Amino acid sequence: MTRQMTGAQMVVEALREQGVDTVFGYPGGAVLPIYDEIFQQNHIRHILVRHEQGAVHAAEGYARATGKPGVVLVTSGPGATNAVTGLTDALMDSIPIVVLTGQVPTFMIGSDAFQEADTVGITRPCTKMNWLVKETDALADTLHQAFHICTSGRPGPVLVDIPKDVQFATGAYVGKPQAKVSHYQPRVKGDPEIITALVEAMEKAERPVFYTGGGVINSGPRASQLLRELVGATGFPITSTLMGLGSYPASGDNWLGMLGMHGLYEANLAMHGCDLMINIGARFDDRITGRIADFSPNSLKAHVDIDPSSINKVIHADFPIIGDVGHVLEDMLRIWKARGRKTNSAALKKWWSNIEEWRAVKCLSYKSDTTTIKPQYALERLEALTKGHDRYICTEVGQHQMWAAQYLGFEDPNRWMTSGGLGTMGYGTPASIGVQVAHPDALVINVAGEASWLMNMQEMGTAMQYRLPVKQFIMNNERLGMVRQWQELLHGERYSHSWSESLPDFVKLADAFGCKGILCKDPADLDDAIMEMLNYDGPVIFDCLVTKHENCFPMIPSGKAHNEMLLGEADTRNAIGAGGGVLV
Amino acid sequence: MSPLNLEQGASSHSAYDLRSHMSDVIETHTLAVLVANEAGVLARVIGLFSGRGYNIESLTVAEVDHEGHLSRITIVTSGTPQVIQQIKAQLDRMVPVHEVHDLTVEGPAVSRELALFKVQGKGDARVEALRIAEIFRANVVDSTLQSFVFEITGQPEKIDAFADLMRPLGLIEVARTGVAAISRGK
Ligand SMILES: Cc1ncc(C[n+]2csc(CCOP(=O)(O)OP(=O)(O)O)c2C)c(N)n1
Ligand SMILES: [Mg+2]
Repeated sequence: MTRQMTGAQMVVEALREQGVDTVFGYPGGAVLPIYDEIFQQNHIRHILVRHEQGAVHAAEGYARATGKPGVVLVTSGPGATNAVTGLTDALMDSIPIVVLTGQVPTFMIGSDAFQEADTVGITRPCTKMNWLVKETDALADTLHQAFHICTSGRPGPVLVDIPKDVQFATGAYVGKPQAKVSHYQPRVKGDPEIITALVEAMEKAERPVFYTGGGVINSGPRASQLLRELVGATGFPITSTLMGLGSYPASGDNWLGMLGMHGLYEANLAMHGCDLMINIGARFDDRITGRIADFSPNSLKAHVDIDPSSINKVIHADFPIIGDVGHVLEDMLRIWKARGRKTNSAALKKWWSNIEEWRAVKCLSYKSDTTTIKPQYALERLEALTKGHDRYICTEVGQHQMWAAQYLGFEDPNRWMTSGGLGTMGYGTPASIGVQVAHPDALVINVAGEASWLMNMQEMGTAMQYRLPVKQFIMNNERLGMVRQWQELLHGERYSHSWSESLPDFVKLADAFGCKGILCKDPADLDDAIMEMLNYDGPVIFDCLVTKHENCFPMIPSGKAHNEMLLGEADTRNAIGAGGGVLV
Repeated sequence: MSPLNLEQGASSHSAYDLRSHMSDVIETHTLAVLVANEAGVLARVIGLFSGRGYNIESLTVAEVDHEGHLSRITIVTSGTPQVIQQIKAQLDRMVPVHEVHDLTVEGPAVSRELALFKVQGKGDARVEALRIAEIFRANVVDSTLQSFVFEITGQPEKIDAFADLMRPLGLIEVARTGVAAISRGK
């Protein structure tokens, strides 16, 4: 028996059936029928953001902190176009979100109606899949498919565009169990033959390294658990991309730290010198590989990825394994155990002593300063003072983001939300709101740069309205620091428009929002100021004045190899060739 | 293993060679892609090619299974082996794509294209056009005292050759369908 209801009622019912408890949204003419239904129910909580971009990043934060899809509801036209950055961000970082957009009534589509935009056209390249639903009878089925697709295989954003007349009209509701199972069923089990071959190579490897990424986190907590078991049992070193931090604990013995452009010396040199690279759920991004021709020249490479198009896209895989990380790790462990738990322990010991030498370089050391707060110091103190907390960290994009990745330690998955693939300034504040909505009692900190933070600061209004005690830790260098760093290294220190001029007084701004503002500029006051932030029961804007011209090291300049890393200021002279500016 | 090589800026390599380091040979492949016949699917496929900088030499599409709502897109594309592999993987992972077949590697296949040629001329040229059309087994589907419309089917190369011969004889307009292809046997 099918139930008859309006399209707007279907939206709410389908969300309820999908287990959605929160929607981030912003109303407008083309979604009023849905908002009317939201008003009349209590299953789903609606968080009113201050900008649609904020809604999408909040949903991303929610999704990354819970493993469940984030849901967004926005109006047609400008509501939909404002969602585009968030959709692209979610696509690049494989974050499952469902965005529902209102659309002008079907009979007005194509007439340049008020607030009409070709939403499915605009968002086709930045969604995993999108639909324009033209009949109410097809709506429920499409919504269930949307949830199936955004969470299956490689996760990603999906969008359902719903014309207003479809929301008003009555049709047959299709329940979740009755919905047409999409033909889309990506393969999750890896090829056992290749996995066995890889295990064989692992048994012999002299210089192995695990290189893990966001795929481990996307696969779910079990994948992180299995990864820890495998690393512990084999004794292999492990590094991770920016996206994968937390899948293996930073306090773990085998942890080398993050790799890549601003990764740790030991991690990058281990990648460069290994003879067996085991890529689990990472994608050989250009921030990781540096110059392709010289990327880990002497290694066999295994690549585990649920997306077949990731394999051999950038780097040739000697052991290509298409499957879900959790399933593949389970098989790897089982096969490795069944074959007698062998490793090449003599060679491994030598490899570790190599790694210890690289570790001894202490690439994260920096010149301390007693008069100004060094950004690295600020993060070290933040780390020390928040360590025991039930803590979630978001970031914006820039130097502070890289320092956060370097100096904060992540013990568990789903606790680190940062815009990796797209590098979206303005991500962190709304993301922190989404995380706090999901975990109301946790400590949620957005490590921000002052320039990024200004891009979505309107969301402090959301934080106030819903009593979300997010801590905005702004590392204020009064510079677009990362841009300035590149201009210093690549453009002859011509600092073209990389100053944060006319900054607001952040404490007064906090006051204006009704939250707490803290200013700290003296290293001697920093601990107390951080404690004040932690002890305040409500949102805080923390203006931490840090060194203005500090560069983020280590750094592998674009187009260089892993062993051409810059460790500090002394290395930067002539470090980057004349053509260096060509690459991003 | 040499531990540290920190000599900065010493590399003689070009940092900006981002091409594939596998094979550089450009190959032409014909792909048959079975897709759900839904709104926007063709745009999605074409968007993939333009967005990622792949070539489309020919593209045809039509519904082939009315009940199953399936359309078949035949794409002729070119690129290095690595690019061709990427194109197939990128197509295959699209949600509305059901099957991707590389007819160039999956065994022998036939490909055909249909074209219409309008040739204007008088006297000897007109007779010559008719004679060549006969050799190419092109049909006359329309004629006036000054013109013919020829219909020709065949491999794209045959149609190219026909076009070359017709050009000096008064070829004024061409319409081509693009390639349809199918594997032989089975
Ligand atoms: C939306 C957006 N615009 C531009 C950029 C380019 N960009 C990358 S980092 C950066 C500077 C960020 O400055 P800030 O937030 O103050 O961080 P800092 O580097 O100073 O720590 C800019 C402009 C970007 N990543 N995102
Ligand atoms: Mg800054």
